[in-house]
Amino acid sequence: MAATDTTVDTVREVTEQYKYGFVTDIESDMAPKGLSEDIVRFISAKKEEPEWMLEFRLRAYRHWLTLKEPDWAKVKYPPIDYQDTYYYAAPKKKDGPASLDEVDADLLETYKKLGIPIQEQEILAGVVAVDAVFDSVSVATTYKKKLASMGVIFGSISEAIKEHPELVKKYLGSVVPYSDNYFATLNCAVFTDGSFVFVPKGLRCPMELSTYFRINEKNTGQFERTLIVCEEGAYVSYLEGCTAPQRDENQLHAAVVELVALDDAEIKYSTVQNWYPGDKNGKGGIYNFVTKRALCKGKNSKVSWTQVETGSAVTWKYPSCILQGDNSSGEFYSVAITNNAQQADTGTKMIHLGKNTRSRIISKGIAAGKSDQTYRGLVRMQGKAEGARNFTQCDSLLVGDKCGAHTVPYIESRNPTAQVEHEATTSRISEEQLFYCMQRGLNEESAVALIVNGFCKEVLQTLPMEFAVEAQKLVGISLEGSVG
Amino acid sequence: MSTTEMPPFLDAALPVPVEETGWLADLRQAGLDIYKRKGLPTPKVEAWKYTNLGGLAKTEFKPAALDVTVAADKLPLAAALSLDALALVFVNGRFDPAVSDLGALPKGLRVESLSKVLQAEPALVEPLLGKLATREDLPLAALNTGLLTDGLFVRLAKGVTLDKALHVVSVASGGSSAAAFHPRNLIVLEEGAKATIVESHVGLPDFPTFENSVTEVTLGEGAELKHYRLLNGPDTSYHVGVTLADVAAKARYESFALAIGGALTRNEVRVVLSGEGAHGVVNGSYAVHGGQHVDNTVLVDHAVPRATSSQLFKGVLDGTGKAVFQGKVLVRRDAQETDAQQLHKALLLSRGAEVDTKPELEIYADDVKCSHGATVGEMDAEQLFYLMARGIDEETALALLVEAFVEDVVHEISDEVVREAFIRKVRDWQTGREKAVWSE
Amino acid sequence: MALLAIKDLRARVEEKEILKGLSLTINPGEVHAIMGPNGAGKSTLSSVITGKPGYEITEGSVLFEGKDLAELAANERACEGIFLAFQYPVEIPGVNYTTFLKTAINAKRKYFGEEEIDAMEFLKLMKSKIKLLKIADDMMKRPVNVGFSGGEKKRADVLQMAMLDPKLMILDEMDSGLDIDALRIAADGVNTLRSPDKAILCITHYQRLLDYVVPDFVHVLAGGRIVKSGGKELALELEEKGYTEFENAAA
Repeated sequence: MAATDTTVDTVREVTEQYKYGFVTDIESDMAPKGLSEDIVRFISAKKEEPEWMLEFRLRAYRHWLTLKEPDWAKVKYPPIDYQDTYYYAAPKKKDGPASLDEVDADLLETYKKLGIPIQEQEILAGVVAVDAVFDSVSVATTYKKKLASMGVIFGSISEAIKEHPELVKKYLGSVVPYSDNYFATLNCAVFTDGSFVFVPKGLRCPMELSTYFRINEKNTGQFERTLIVCEEGAYVSYLEGCTAPQRDENQLHAAVVELVALDDAEIKYSTVQNWYPGDKNGKGGIYNFVTKRALCKGKNSKVSWTQVETGSAVTWKYPSCILQGDNSSGEFYSVAITNNAQQADTGTKMIHLGKNTRSRIISKGIAAGKSDQTYRGLVRMQGKAEGARNFTQCDSLLVGDKCGAHTVPYIESRNPTAQVEHEATTSRISEEQLFYCMQRGLNEESAVALIVNGFCKEVLQTLPMEFAVEAQKLVGISLEGSVG
Repeated sequence: MSTTEMPPFLDAALPVPVEETGWLADLRQAGLDIYKRKGLPTPKVEAWKYTNLGGLAKTEFKPAALDVTVAADKLPLAAALSLDALALVFVNGRFDPAVSDLGALPKGLRVESLSKVLQAEPALVEPLLGKLATREDLPLAALNTGLLTDGLFVRLAKGVTLDKALHVVSVASGGSSAAAFHPRNLIVLEEGAKATIVESHVGLPDFPTFENSVTEVTLGEGAELKHYRLLNGPDTSYHVGVTLADVAAKARYESFALAIGGALTRNEVRVVLSGEGAHGVVNGSYAVHGGQHVDNTVLVDHAVPRATSSQLFKGVLDGTGKAVFQGKVLVRRDAQETDAQQLHKALLLSRGAEVDTKPELEIYADDVKCSHGATVGEMDAEQLFYLMARGIDEETALALLVEAFVEDVVHEISDEVVREAFIRKVRDWQTGREKAVWSE
Repeated sequence: MALLAIKDLRARVEEKEILKGLSLTINPGEVHAIMGPNGAGKSTLSSVITGKPGYEITEGSVLFEGKDLAELAANERACEGIFLAFQYPVEIPGVNYTTFLKTAINAKRKYFGEEEIDAMEFLKLMKSKIKLLKIADDMMKRPVNVGFSGGEKKRADVLQMAMLDPKLMILDEMDSGLDIDALRIAADGVNTLRSPDKAILCITHYQRLLDYVVPDFVHVLAGGRIVKSGGKELALELEEKGYTEFENAAA
């Protein structure tokens, strides 16, 4: 981190600058480094947001100033200097490598193994802007038209703030309030973009919605904000992320995802997170501090989170469900793989409020190299959660003797008719299994990948088909170099 | 916490111990310093997330008078275990020889009051006292170190097997006002020594009492200690106790606690398996009702390879009772071939009862077999139906099942005589309650 | 050239010497049986040939088609054509049997610089072998060996043998955990795969397996060495007299 004194100076300069018309410079592509109320105003102005949105941001910013960065997770990283970061940079900004020749050879090797076409490799590595290559602009537009004709709203959240303010106003911050936690509050103040999905009453969205279709629209990386609302009886499946490791110069990522499911609605949210994990010695890599929460507001509503987490240097992430509607259900399926010096503290919260609510947690953690991994989960049965049920299975697999795997579940029950069942195991790949595979001709790495994929199967099979195939490959690649 | 504000239990006049050797004064100071820094733990401290000691801070506890005696016929012995054993009675943490019955001590066994040893032979306890318990993360144990005056001292010589259990009855009595006391126990089993030590914590329901006890256990190679505890204070008693055991190679530490009485009970057990082949068992069961609060907090630390451990806790909750189980298994980097199991099961019998469970695994070695499980729920409807289908009425059936549930862990007690005493205690407790307690 | 040539082999596991100068030559087309009392080193022999970690060759050599096996990793030995039917096939939860088979076939192809097997071709091959060995095909949909009965596990191993087309098939205590019917089915499978260019090494304590997989040569292994060799009649003799004589001789 840069010297704090310098950044303080910069901030002072910037704020002083404002007095002399910084805001008039609205055409500039980039806000100066640092965070202040003016920066928040700048972002809002730049995005031509209505007053209520600005107020939302400012409220969050002011609250953020009163908060302390959380330290309860089992992760270690040097202190983040929040004034040493750019909070707004227009999409045009590009100072990535000029060609694939300048890109990390390891990264290219991974792309090759994943079978990613060269054009996509260029995008992922940041060599070219998406719209320069992709023909998908038209594809995406076609999809959007088709969806719109059915009443599905799918686009960027900035767009939605302008075009559907009544919907955004109603739901934004309704699941993750602006005061929720340090990183979410920061996101509320400075989020730049993200997705908005609205599926009207009674409609089953006929295709998987994916950030992929939106990739050309905005550079959303750092402070992404996603809001998905399913009205009564509606259904949507949403895919986030990409199996290819994505380079991003921004070290701090603090996204917020809010899901709202009304009566009989169902949302399936799948993520493959493979941000740059840093090199073998733990240098570089993304800090991924995400708040994801779903509100099962209506009766019989259902939300299912599936995540495959293989990237980032530090992960802090607990996709959760508030099961408010009677008979609503929440699921959390997770595979987390850490290798080298990665650290992940991830899990879920299932808050049972309504009668006969159900939750199911399947977590598979694989730690290799010198990495450290924690499952942290909360299951809470509130007093009115008659007949509620939870089942949790948390398995950890250690590959090598330099890593750590930890399980920290919290189970709170206040209703005698509610049942909670929690099981956890920690083990390693047995030598017998490895030898059996090798006796059939597999080399050690393939054998490990095969066994680990088997270990994760229950989770991987909940992913949409194409995603699942890629995720399987990813599991193997993520563990490379961890044996032998 | 501001520097001017003293945490509770320190603002009142301290019972300044009389003459003291240098090391003890230093140790005391170290303990007091920790407690002054950390204060009474609040739910903001992760280890105390589910147990709120706010009530303690509000009650004006005076240091228990040193000279309280309870007439032999007033001792609440019915609440204690009934055992044929060598018996020691402590009143407010102070050894009471008048009502104790040690008979002729077997050869190789030293049993004394700690205060006597501190006076007569301080060098004997110097290398042991505070070695395990002086820690930043145990502020109440540190307070105990700061204020300790008396307790149990046991030393069993190499290779000696005690054939009769040692029974320690700890009686809490406010006397004339709310009283706090801080018993300090030291147990040392030399190489290959074997003993059973049983504690009954009981009290008189006159004034609120706060017992803040610390027990340090050191087991030499191949030693075996069976360490059982009954927590059965009156509704006016608060009990916070921590037991720290260091278990050498091939030694075996078996612990069991039954909590059925007291307003608030915290039974914290920390076992360090420090030699290969060491084995730790930390078990317990509990039954809470009304506004009772029972907290079992366990840490088993696998510091070396090839040690084994197990934890089993079961409990039932009624009324607005609250139970907490926090069990942690720590497997250190080189502790390969560790086998550690843990299970907690709780039955909620009424609306308003609450159970909070946090079973935790922290593992840094790969060749391990570790697992934990936790279940919370209501009585199995099928079992109940099965009994009722055989003609047993619902209340009786329920009572039978509750008893079986609690007793299940009691059966794991390996000392037969003590096991029977505990089973009798569970039955007494069960018949002593109104059957109505178990229904809504 | 001999398919397998073991010369004066000494091997140990965890500092304990188990094989103490064992020599054995197997030519293509031959069926050899190694018999011996418990603890004689029978399973150690199969582990050393296949390269199980923890087994160390201290002296002597094991050549497979002239190649020194000590130089090859376990998977390379497998690709070269050595197949071990495990005494207790290992369960691998979550790994689908078909996926496993395909991965193994492709590993071998890759080893020889060949293209990966085409999905259709693979299915065709698998179906033909399943039919040949009379295996219930729902087994292929389950995870590797998980929840299989003893007989199913052995049959599944024989199927792998058929698919991977090895040159040397080592049957390690194939009869353990099998009733007579299951044993016959598994042995029939093995016999179906016999051919003039393949050899079989049967490791067994009891003679009964040899009623079904009939050996050309029988060797008695005791005290880490082959103490007697003969034709198939030797097995019958052993069945009658037991191993006492050899145990004493070895000691």
